[in-house]
Amino acid sequence: MKKNWPILVVDDEDVMCESMAAWLREDGYRVDTASNGQKGVESAKATDYAICFIDLKMPGGMDGIETMMEIRRVRPDASVIIITAYATVDTAIQAMKEGAQEYIVKPCNPQEISMLVARILKLKKLQSENAVLRKKLNRQYRHHDIITKNPRMEEILALTQEVASLRSTVLIRGESGTGKELVARAVHYSGNRADKPFIVVSCAALTETLLESELFGYEKGAFTGANGQVKGKFELANGGTIFLDEIGDISAKLQADLLRVLQERRFYRVGGSQEVEVDVRIIAATNKNLAEEAQQGRFREDLYYRLNVIEIRLPPLRERREDIPLLAEHFVHRISLELGKDISGISNAALKLLIAHDWPGNVRELENVIERAIVTCHNGQLEEQDFSWLQKSVIPAQAWDIPDVPLGELERRAIVAALERKHGNVKEASAALGIDRSTLYDKLKRYEISH
Amino acid sequence: MKALYLVAIGNVPDKAWEWIEDAAANWFPLPVRRMPGFPIPEHAFDAKRGQYQSVEFMKLLAQQAPRGAYRVLGITDVDLAIPMLSFLFGQAQFDGQVAVVSLRRLRQEFYGLPPEEAVLRERTVKEVLHEMGHTFGLVHCPDSKCVMSLATHIELVDTKEEQYCARCGLHLVERFTSWNGGV
Repeated sequence: MKKNWPILVVDDEDVMCESMAAWLREDGYRVDTASNGQKGVESAKATDYAICFIDLKMPGGMDGIETMMEIRRVRPDASVIIITAYATVDTAIQAMKEGAQEYIVKPCNPQEISMLVARILKLKKLQSENAVLRKKLNRQYRHHDIITKNPRMEEILALTQEVASLRSTVLIRGESGTGKELVARAVHYSGNRADKPFIVVSCAALTETLLESELFGYEKGAFTGANGQVKGKFELANGGTIFLDEIGDISAKLQADLLRVLQERRFYRVGGSQEVEVDVRIIAATNKNLAEEAQQGRFREDLYYRLNVIEIRLPPLRERREDIPLLAEHFVHRISLELGKDISGISNAALKLLIAHDWPGNVRELENVIERAIVTCHNGQLEEQDFSWLQKSVIPAQAWDIPDVPLGELERRAIVAALERKHGNVKEASAALGIDRSTLYDKLKRYEISH
Repeated sequence: MKALYLVAIGNVPDKAWEWIEDAAANWFPLPVRRMPGFPIPEHAFDAKRGQYQSVEFMKLLAQQAPRGAYRVLGITDVDLAIPMLSFLFGQAQFDGQVAVVSLRRLRQEFYGLPPEEAVLRERTVKEVLHEMGHTFGLVHCPDSKCVMSLATHIELVDTKEEQYCARCGLHLVERFTSWNGGV
């Protein structure tokens, strides 16, 4: 492992270079030496050193600081340790200001140097692991990981590409389970903030006061139990993106606070008196019709317009049924791998069943249904019977378990139920009932149903 | 013929040779020979530090190595250092021919304590095995009990056992058995 972290020692004294190199080699490192700054820079061009030990005083040619600056230009990730003698501590401090990670005064204790090298390499290892994980995340949320052949979804994906590198706020609308967070991640990881944090806050999951301290952080003593300063999600997301899920559920006070962040990009921590400035891109999501909420006075209109700079509306799965086979195959492949089950695919009959289902829980529901089927499946392929319980849930028994009532009452109940399921959305309720909107309005009037 | 040559640089107590020869015979399949000693190379003395530059001792050993010597281990009783480090218990050419061990900081007296021969024996054997291990291509071992673990102060030398761990031992066995012509 240590061989992956080559070390360079630059010193004009041969004995210094060689003895230092020998000592580090005993520890398993690959060590190169250079007898002057110029040679050191040349070596750094050829090898990606993790650590460069550079002697501060090298008479003639480049001195230690010049060598360090040149090496850091070529290898910005290399950690430079400046070696100095007692008399030049001031210069060493100067070296630190110029970007040396550490300086050591020679001769130093073997333990000191051993710990210094171990500490720097531990940090390097974490940094490189972090970079690998970020790359992995990036790959995971690239656009073509959103599976679709639906033209509307393809338009949406093209839009996410276009807006990825802007700082404009994005509002994603869509029913639960349509993939709002996935689209938000796609926007983040396709843009120039990809290597910065992507922070998710589920606004509906927390009470007003909790959400406030979650978003903005708090100062010591802001409330009982606030034992120290804590950064909020906005600060944690600095430079990156904050994803505010279920934004339609936040209180009036938080709406006002959020509006201020959107306008000024600054805020106060709870209990704080100093403003905190952040550079954060906001992506909000909701399953509510915010325009209507704003009209009804339940959501601040000014905040709605601030959020709705770029709107992305995700269609429910039942409006992109052509994606069901693609998504189903994808989930079968992924989940069977995860669960270690050998399932080759889905039979045509089972697929038909899936296509016909209405999927009120959208893609998330489809994923859960397939996982359940894979868990209970004993063949190499998912068959119709593996989804038999799904059919039952489509038409709940109690919905048809109605005592003798006038036909009109049955119709009235069906309309009320459809409106409830569609959260009062007349267009969707009429589509679900198989009648057009004007007919539904007539019936609403006739049955005196208010919605 | 492949052999391990032992050599004194300056005065070294007679007992030390018994300890070192025993340890070498236990671990290395090499004949052990004694060479006539060298006087302390005074040009290696760093008056400012009151120590000797170890690199000069290594150079001396490499220059004076008998023809065909497989390994040369120098033993000294003076305090060794390199420009970068304030002291060394010993030094080796990694995967190379020569190594040197200083007894100075292995002695209890160095730390203001009464001399203890048993302690000196144990520490000497550990340092000899450690530096010789480097000449056979062993790097520092993460197992603090292993004689190849890095000791940056005397307490860490005392933490080690007088033996290689299974992994380092295996490396040595592979090394010895892969020698062309055997030993």
